Amino acid sequence: MRYTSPTTVDEARSLLAEHPGSRVFAGATDLVPQMRSGRPAPPVLVDLKKIAQLMSVTHENGQWTIGAATPTANLTRNHDFTAMFPGLSEAMGLIGSDQIQNRSSLGGNLANASPAADSVPAMIANGVQAVIATADGTRTVPVAEIVTGPGRTSLADGEFIVEFTLADTPADTSDAYLRMIPRTEMDIAIVGSAVRLTVSDNIITDATVVLGAVAPTAVTVPDAGAALIGAAINAGQIDDSALNTLADAASAACDPIDDKRGTVAYRRRVAGVLTRRAAATAVERAQNGA
Amino acid sequence: MTVTDDRPTYKWVGTRPIRHDGYEKVTGKARFAADLDLPGQLHAAYLRSPHGHARILSIDTAAAAGMPGVKAVVTGADFPDLDPTDPNFDVSVNVMARGTVLYNGHALAAVAASTRAEAAAAVAAIQVEYELLPVILTLEESMADGAPLVNEHNITKFVESDGPSNLATSNVVERGDVEAAFAAADLVVEREFDTAYVHQGYIEPHACVVDVGPNGKADIWASSQGHFMVRALTASVLGWETSRIKVTPAEIGGGFGGKTTIYLEPVAARLSEKSGRPVKLVLTREEVLRATGPAPASKSRIKIAASNDGELTAIDCWFGYVVGCTNDFAGLVGAMSVASYKFPNLKLEAIGALTNTPKSAAYRAPSAPQAAFAIESVIDEIAQTLDMDPIDIRLRNAVVEGDPTAMGMPHPRIGFVECLEALRDSDHYRSPVPDGAARGIGAGFWFNIGEQSSATVNLNEDGTATVITGSPDIGGSRASMALMAAEELGIDVYSITPVVADTESVGFTDVTEGSRATFSTGMAVVNACRDLIEELRARAATILGVDLDAVTWVDGTAVTDGKDPLPLSAITAKAKSTGGPLTVTASLNAGGAGPSFAVHCCDLTVDEETGQVTILRYTAVQDAGTAIHPSYVEGQLQGGTVQGIGWALNEEYIFDDAGSMENASFLDYRIPVASDLPMIDTIVVEVPNPAHPYGVRGVGETGIVPPMATVANAITRATSIRMTSLPMSPPKILAALDTD
Ligand SMILES: Cc1cc2nc3c(=O)[nH]c(=O)nc-3n(C[C@H](O)[C@H](O)[C@H](O)COP(=O)(O)OP(=O)(O)OC[C@H]3O[C@@H](n4cnc5c(N)ncnc54)[C@H](O)[C@@H]3O)c2cc1C
Repeated sequence: MRYTSPTTVDEARSLLAEHPGSRVFAGATDLVPQMRSGRPAPPVLVDLKKIAQLMSVTHENGQWTIGAATPTANLTRNHDFTAMFPGLSEAMGLIGSDQIQNRSSLGGNLANASPAADSVPAMIANGVQAVIATADGTRTVPVAEIVTGPGRTSLADGEFIVEFTLADTPADTSDAYLRMIPRTEMDIAIVGSAVRLTVSDNIITDATVVLGAVAPTAVTVPDAGAALIGAAINAGQIDDSALNTLADAASAACDPIDDKRGTVAYRRRVAGVLTRRAAATAVERAQNGA
Repeated sequence: MTVTDDRPTYKWVGTRPIRHDGYEKVTGKARFAADLDLPGQLHAAYLRSPHGHARILSIDTAAAAGMPGVKAVVTGADFPDLDPTDPNFDVSVNVMARGTVLYNGHALAAVAASTRAEAAAAVAAIQVEYELLPVILTLEESMADGAPLVNEHNITKFVESDGPSNLATSNVVERGDVEAAFAAADLVVEREFDTAYVHQGYIEPHACVVDVGPNGKADIWASSQGHFMVRALTASVLGWETSRIKVTPAEIGGGFGGKTTIYLEPVAARLSEKSGRPVKLVLTREEVLRATGPAPASKSRIKIAASNDGELTAIDCWFGYVVGCTNDFAGLVGAMSVASYKFPNLKLEAIGALTNTPKSAAYRAPSAPQAAFAIESVIDEIAQTLDMDPIDIRLRNAVVEGDPTAMGMPHPRIGFVECLEALRDSDHYRSPVPDGAARGIGAGFWFNIGEQSSATVNLNEDGTATVITGSPDIGGSRASMALMAAEELGIDVYSITPVVADTESVGFTDVTEGSRATFSTGMAVVNACRDLIEELRARAATILGVDLDAVTWVDGTAVTDGKDPLPLSAITAKAKSTGGPLTVTASLNAGGAGPSFAVHCCDLTVDEETGQVTILRYTAVQDAGTAIHPSYVEGQLQGGTVQGIGWALNEEYIFDDAGSMENASFLDYRIPVASDLPMIDTIVVEVPNPAHPYGVRGVGETGIVPPMATVANAITRATSIRMTSLPMSPPKILAALDTD
């Protein structure tokens, strides 16, 4: 196994082209435990952290550009980012522990393709786009199109994510992310629910609901979004029947597995509960500008 | 906080010096077994059974033996077959399978190679032919009529039997007239309970380094709760004389009962013998979970009769422990937990059932937590039904000195009532239950044991001292030994060096278990010091030219009328001219271990939409007899409590149908993390044990007995459902709420 640390995207691109089957990595917080538990080591490891573009965070002309290898701690500690995307930030703030977050990247969290990855539902809910280095250029696709199943992505051999882009939120828009774990930290989501919504004159005018850990990939639930759109807000509270429809839609969208981490029935049930709670938090944030 | 009954005040005992081994531990210099590396050392890896139960038709190690770096391979054929009646037969079979693998994870071969990776690669090249046998995983399957045998060598203990069976043990204890008491009772509550397999969860995986020299003698460095035990069991499994083995105790990163037996040492020894090189063997976390520990799973049925004013008049209970694939199990002892209450009429039945799962091992107060969970839950239900305060009903029925234990022997002086009163009067119990939360109470105790200990105390030329014992320090016992020696000799605790010596440098000492080290080994230290003081008086008499009777020992000095007191250092300085070195060894088989009772109290909330429990406040009250070093007593109470909370809420072995453990990692075997818990408050009650010179009871185990019922009783009061199945994980609580 050979370790390489290119300093430019081009250099990384040609290393990957020369050595089929090699692996890129950022924080290695998924990679190293996987290798230690017996996954075959790739012939060449390509460390992306020496490429400046992949480690930077910029905010210009109403758009955020986030290097794919940037430690998530750089975002959760970024006040402007956290104020604008509190839900996405809190999702990143749930990954492992402080030690993990000083290394874990959005690129790794996404490309590792775990159904339970915490940042992914919130990235999708916020319409984040991934800029991918291909063999001879780049292509840009929505985050929702990257993961195709547990451990599988739509990235071709030799492709890697360079950066993520996302637009500033419009007025009166906010988000929230909640997950269920049996403990309080250092655990894997049994259910994750991200809600982003816009409130105008006490009516929800736009809403996106994305669930994690309840299907082979994160799932956008259009019915759940639809249940919220048009719902009235009274003294900060979302209309009850809308919340019930929302919860039912979230539960219905679950296609979970029964495993050591949670049963099908439990995941369905809690998906509804968390989505209702996340929606309530997002409304509060949208209305209070926090 | 400490609540003291009536004990003398001491100069050193009861103070909180920094532990003598603290610097090494906090600076990372302390050497655990896996930290040792010897020149030329090989690394070993195991082949473990992928099947829950199978006959081994053949093992072909030829290919593995020829792989790069491989220096030795062993299988069951490399170990003598002990007679099935040999007390160490089960240990021997668990160390290395012979003919049959009894559980998924059972070791059946091992390889030593230059690197761990080479050893692992060679293990993968070993060819085994198996004939699959039926896999028994549950108590019901094990006890069913005509059930296939889990282990063809198992003979039931404590009862007559006509050949092998799946029954490990069976005991019945009765007193009074249970039937009549139930017929006459105002109230009868009956419930069934079950608990899952749980692991001791020590941080340090088992590890050893073994070097067998050309003279056939083995040097073993190992992490265990008792290096004399390691020596004895290793000798037995190898068929060696004890004198061929020297065991040096490494620091231990947690044991909790799980390191009172061996897994690795004979394997590393045989590999070292065959290769002529030192061999290091360190388990992975996955191996620790699949093949060491756990504590038995259980089922139980409890029926208790009460009068309307809260007198508990009878108990009829049945406990079934699921003990794994072999039979060295002390279930009845744990089930004796009924002995917290007077129960004039009692029927107690306990069985152990074998299953094709890892051989279970001791875990803090072995098998008492399962029993206490059930009994304390039913008592809580009676208190609720009668609308009685849960402390009052316990006070009404609590055993005191002279009341019979389950087996009929009278309890010695105990502090259960004092613990209940201390909780009743505590800030926690007197403060209102927070809004939206509920409060639960639970109690429990552990008998504790004495057993054999040795101690040598050497006085140095300058008046400092070395206290040498054979008890591995698993909870701060070195500091406690030094404190008792300081109190006896009248010298500064920091001028004493407490040492845990190897098997060739100190007298035989039993395992650090049964909360016995500070009790029994402490007694050996005190006895040695007292003998030493006699000798010091004699030397002082010589130096001063007076009769021995004229010399008394006061606060570290020899005192004689009309002369200046002679400090200890003045006597040691003249040791050579007064008869030679000052050293004394004491050994004993300690009797009079004092039971330690505890009462716990917990405030928690239940999220009724997710089933998640949040513990807001927790207080553990326990009788320490005398807390020699209060910080380490508190640490034991807190540690036991936290493990009990894990057992209550999330910990469980999950097996698939073929007996393979699905959650063999700390990611999916969920011990509590720090943020799951509030600070565990402690109240140390001191009702001195009359059988110990300083009143020590031993506190290491009781702390894990009350938490499951304490948490369950709080959950019941929060939700009005009674949780009778552990763990009370969010999915189980939500399912129970849904069916309610
Ligand atoms: C103790 C612990 C706790 C954890 N807790 C959580 C948690 O609570 N929630 C959670 O979601 N995750 C958790 N994780 C998993 C992990 O930390 C996250 O998934 C993290 O975001 C991965 O980022 P990384 O940079 O370390 O990825 P790496 O390990 O570097 O890479 C992960 C995978 O992604 C690929 N990859 C990395 N970067 C790119 C890229 N730019 N383009 C294409 N492919 C790429 C790698 O080839 C690899 O397959 C935990 C991990 C540990 C060790």
